[in-house]
Amino acid sequence: MMELNVNGKAQTVDAAPNTPLLYVLRDHLAMNGAKFGCGLGQCGACTVMVDGNAVFSCLTPISLLAGRKVKTVEGLGTMADPGPLQRAFIDEQAAQCGYCIAGMIMRAQALLERNPSPSDDEIRRHMMPNLCRCGTQMRIFRAVRRAAQAMQAGAGPTPDRSRA
Amino acid sequence: MRTRSLLVGLAMSAVTAAVSIESVSGQAPAAPAAKRSFDGALIARGAELSAIGGCAGCHTQRGGKSFAGGLPLKTPFGVIYSTNITPDLETGIGAWAESDFLRVMHDGIDRAGRNLYPAFPFDHFTRVTDDDVKAIYAFIMTRDPAHSTVPANRLVFPMNFRPLLSGWKTLYFDRGVYRRDPTRSAEWNRGAYLVEGLGHCGACHTPRNAFGAERKNDALGGGDAEGWHATALDASSPAPNAWTVDQLTRYLRRGHDDSHGTAAGPMSPVVHELSEVPEEDVRAMATYLVTLMAGATPAFARTSPTSLDDSRILSGAAIFGGTCATCHDESASAGSSVHTVPLKLATSIHAPDPRNVLHIVLEGIWPEPGEKGALMPGFEGALTDEQLASLLAYLRVHFAKGAPWPDISRHARDIIQHKHGNER
Repeated sequence: MMELNVNGKAQTVDAAPNTPLLYVLRDHLAMNGAKFGCGLGQCGACTVMVDGNAVFSCLTPISLLAGRKVKTVEGLGTMADPGPLQRAFIDEQAAQCGYCIAGMIMRAQALLERNPSPSDDEIRRHMMPNLCRCGTQMRIFRAVRRAAQAMQAGAGPTPDRSRA
Repeated sequence: MRTRSLLVGLAMSAVTAAVSIESVSGQAPAAPAAKRSFDGALIARGAELSAIGGCAGCHTQRGGKSFAGGLPLKTPFGVIYSTNITPDLETGIGAWAESDFLRVMHDGIDRAGRNLYPAFPFDHFTRVTDDDVKAIYAFIMTRDPAHSTVPANRLVFPMNFRPLLSGWKTLYFDRGVYRRDPTRSAEWNRGAYLVEGLGHCGACHTPRNAFGAERKNDALGGGDAEGWHATALDASSPAPNAWTVDQLTRYLRRGHDDSHGTAAGPMSPVVHELSEVPEEDVRAMATYLVTLMAGATPAFARTSPTSLDDSRILSGAAIFGGTCATCHDESASAGSSVHTVPLKLATSIHAPDPRNVLHIVLEGIWPEPGEKGALMPGFEGALTDEQLASLLAYLRVHFAKGAPWPDISRHARDIIQHKHGNER
């Protein structure tokens, strides 16, 4: 049995210590936001946050996560009440097939939590590890920029969901 | 001791500066060189030589116009910005005559008569023949002029007092064109000429003294480059199996050799430029370097001084299994979709300090923008300091049969701070 903290909630999972976080999220916790893309850290579809940093959940065995905080796209908002970054992705219609989007959002979230007003160059460089095969990179880029502006104007990057 | 020797050296420099400053003179403006006055073949040769010299690497900032300068070079003495060497009349070197260009390359003195800091490797460029300097001049003078003023250098006192450089030169600068060794082949001499001169390999791969001068008695003995370790290219080479000329030629032109590793960090733009250089020139450089490395002790002879049962090593092995082995497992790489250098052959894991492995683990390896190339994801943030230290201890003990490096966490913090410092 392993203890994990996912989106602020303690979870106990029955999985071997070397199980990738991605499998635990999807198979044990039924959180299907993070996707399996390549399994090699080359595409970014599995990106989640650990202690505020974007990581490849396919290459993160849960043995590394004792005492650390995992955040997934499910932690940013709901269908009915999307978070600012999710809202911006919807407003820019940044998803085409959508497979990469949860990973894109989580990598962008890590940037905006550390640096609420990134330059265009910083956004581009930060998002580099994540691939989109449909070709909506420019919309994704605009969504991140839009979210940064929205967060500057009002809500912080991590709205308090506990009130809901 | 270091502080005292620094002060003594500076005092000496100041005295010599006072003596020699008079000998340096500026030049009156000359008519700009006209584009059409250069022969096409000369320009093309200049382009190849410029690539060997890596001119664009330092004189172009990220996302900036080629040769327009402005790249910050961090030195122990402060930040120096590379200059605009496009033929712009006001902000570049458009007004420079060929003789000015020869003087800056051979003597490190600019057109206004100022001594340049040795961040510009005139201590190597002085070895370049007049003909080659003239070809580079033809190439540079036919680039698009960029009107761009670079920021002022930010150097600590007293290094910001330029006349001190005359003293530095008296102590450390050995002027003069490369002298061939008649006992060696033409190819070896060609390689030595390029490595010691235009290629200025020693600027990174030779350790420097307290005054920033290369230690001549430890030439190519391993140095520093932008927070990376520049591997020794002499008999102290840490490569676990000896380089052959073919392998080194391939590495320098393609950025990768299966039995040594992938060029990364500051070596990445170097191999990018060398990919455009005629193979015979790169092969000559490899020929020379391989003779310098002859006699290096293969690391395979070592036996590990640290037991693999150590608890930190075991925890590092578990991290490797869950994080790295998907690509780097020794048994799985054949037939896998990823192509990796076997880690027991990777030079970085055999290096005297952990900086290169840390850079690669934390930042990954990325191709030059717009190019194909090796891609390894970075793991910054995925591993805690302690997990990173365990992983590196395992890599070192298991793959290099060496003792774990000390100070891994301190080096890791330096690298992360440096990286995020650069982003702002």
